Amino acid sequence: MKLTGAQALIKSLELEGTEVVFGLPGGAILPVYDPLIDSSIRHILVRHEQGAGHMAEGYAHATGRPGVAMVTSGPAATNIVTPLCDAYMDSIPLVVITGQVPYSVIGTDAFQECDTVGITMPVTKHNWLITDPADIPEIVREAFHVATTGRPGPVLIDIPKDVAIESMDWYWPDSVDLPGYKPTNKVSTKLIKDAARLMSTAKKPVIYAGGGILKARAAEALRELAEMTGIPVVTTLMARGAFPDRHDLCLGMPGMHGNYTAITALQEADLLIALGSRFDDRVTGKVDAFAPNAKIIHVDIDPAEIGKVRRPDVPIVGDCRRVIEELVKAVRSDLEKRHWPDLIPWWSEIRTWQRDFPLYYEQEEDGPLKPQFVIEKLRDLSPDDTIVASGVGQHQMWASQHWKFDYPYTWVNSGGLGTMGFSVPAAIGAKVGRPDRTVWSIDGDGCFQMTAQELVTASAEQIPIKVAILNNAYLGMVRQWQEMFYEERYSEVYLSPDLPDYVKWAEAMGCIAFRVDSPEDVAPTIEKANAITDRPVVIDFRTDYREKVFPMVPAGASNSDVLPGPTPNGGK
Amino acid sequence: MEQHHHILSVLVENKAGVLSRVAGLFTRRGYNIFSLAVSPTEDVRYSRMTVVVDGDSSPIEQVTKQLNKLIPVIEIRELAASDAVERELLIATVKASAEERSHLIDLVSIFDGQVIDVGVASVTVMVAGTPDGLDAVADLLAPYGISELQRTGRVALPRLIRGSRPLKAVKSSDQ
Repeated sequence: MKLTGAQALIKSLELEGTEVVFGLPGGAILPVYDPLIDSSIRHILVRHEQGAGHMAEGYAHATGRPGVAMVTSGPAATNIVTPLCDAYMDSIPLVVITGQVPYSVIGTDAFQECDTVGITMPVTKHNWLITDPADIPEIVREAFHVATTGRPGPVLIDIPKDVAIESMDWYWPDSVDLPGYKPTNKVSTKLIKDAARLMSTAKKPVIYAGGGILKARAAEALRELAEMTGIPVVTTLMARGAFPDRHDLCLGMPGMHGNYTAITALQEADLLIALGSRFDDRVTGKVDAFAPNAKIIHVDIDPAEIGKVRRPDVPIVGDCRRVIEELVKAVRSDLEKRHWPDLIPWWSEIRTWQRDFPLYYEQEEDGPLKPQFVIEKLRDLSPDDTIVASGVGQHQMWASQHWKFDYPYTWVNSGGLGTMGFSVPAAIGAKVGRPDRTVWSIDGDGCFQMTAQELVTASAEQIPIKVAILNNAYLGMVRQWQEMFYEERYSEVYLSPDLPDYVKWAEAMGCIAFRVDSPEDVAPTIEKANAITDRPVVIDFRTDYREKVFPMVPAGASNSDVLPGPTPNGGK
Repeated sequence: MEQHHHILSVLVENKAGVLSRVAGLFTRRGYNIFSLAVSPTEDVRYSRMTVVVDGDSSPIEQVTKQLNKLIPVIEIRELAASDAVERELLIATVKASAEERSHLIDLVSIFDGQVIDVGVASVTVMVAGTPDGLDAVADLLAPYGISELQRTGRVALPRLIRGSRPLKAVKSSDQ
């Protein structure tokens, strides 16, 4: 069967199970958009290529399946570099297809030519420039394989226009042949035993769960391990929902804006069981001072993460779920043989911290609206399995702190790269992947302005997401740092609450929009928004610009020097 | 200084852009390359890169692990100097008047080198040898007046008798 390169590409995507492509056509990718008309694949026409990339990420976050985006060459390709880098940092499986000028003119500075493969090399797990249409099925298979196996990540396929037009003899390869790519799939029995032995003697152990738990679909295994041992669990920003926040063993989020108990438990621990986490600087604070007395068991699918920041006592390279399942077996047999140390003294320390330093804020009845109050109302008035997508900054930290994530794959955020503007398109992608779920974008006013135009996409494609803008009229996190570390010298952080008029803007984009200034209007407006299911909704919450995110570990400081912020009894 | 250098023998797929991937990795992770030589192998599907890395600036375990994440990288061997045979090629254009020329030819032949080009007042010589040996050659040529000198960077293979084992950290779940 003869197919054009373009037809072969679309057919290959179909065979890889692609149900939706986020994209925007243009000159070089034109031939590929033609067979899309006859394809079973749903295409979502975005308003900016960055949106296509973040939607694909949101889709992948929420479903675990690779997100697919397709854009043209040159500026379209450069516009999708940010989502690629975001996905690379957060290990999100993405397959991005970019058009390219005809192979025959590559290197001549042709119209809309750029070296997409060169530009994206450092921000993809791998990328391909197709030079022969006969290679298309093989490269697409390889691309999906690389994106989804081992440590997941983004890949990119660059297809020149003439390659898309030329014909090829269709085939579908049975398997991929990548001699240099063999993700680890066996788990060392000896190291599992070593890990179980360390766990069996620890008096102050903590499970430090990272995003790898979610990537490996290991949430259930993690719960079994925690419940069997009674060891407390912290969930990093990338692992929110990997262990239920309402579980008795859950201490919540550690790190720069983690809660006091999670930070301090890591700091005081004698054993950290790091599962799919990478000792990120936002978690460790000053590395030399991080968890000084802890032995480390480090489990990661990526060998390069082991020992990169902290040398572990037991290094285990492997898929989190398989390793945890093996650990569960080893622990079970060990527990039958001997008595493990009593964790009651450790837990009583932990309970003291929880009692003395809970997350805290004060909402005065007729005072300015507190962002934390808005988030708590959103949480309480929305279904438990609501998916929350956030941007980056104060609102992200408050959302992570104050939401109760009891289900995996309900928290969609930009952790590693910290991409402002992530929330709206990511929420759209998540809603496309999980149309049955309520999806709230919790966004800041600064972030919202970066990618809000994708609400036009949401309206046009009938993707009814909900957006809560925590509008404090500032680049809030920057303002917080200027207040705390730059002697209140505020440099270029003021945005204005009214410019733009968020309600009018949202309405112009086909959304229903509300504005909320006072605490008593919060709940009724959220209820109204939750009742709307046929189009996107935006609420402009006017929040108190003075509110800061606490606790806080100042950059470069030891986690032992965490600033707890206000406490209910005005304690230390 | 030499002992802080690590020789990595990296077998890669012989495909467009592989050198760029390896070089880019070194740049973005802040690793320093002391020398780099790339050439095809006996199997046309593969090339071999011999990379000499500055071990002070670049933790060698991370370098190999990160290199190994590149899809076209098939295998990495770290060759300890004592476990490897290494050679490098030097060519240099040296000033040599008619009366100096025979001295120069004698000098070069001590190192099994050759004269590969002759001009009116200078000659171009070629010497293959160990990197240390070539340092000596360069020192000895200097008094004549070197107008141009180029070295290839070293290529290396494991010694046959002792062999060399692949890095344990790489391609293994045992770490």
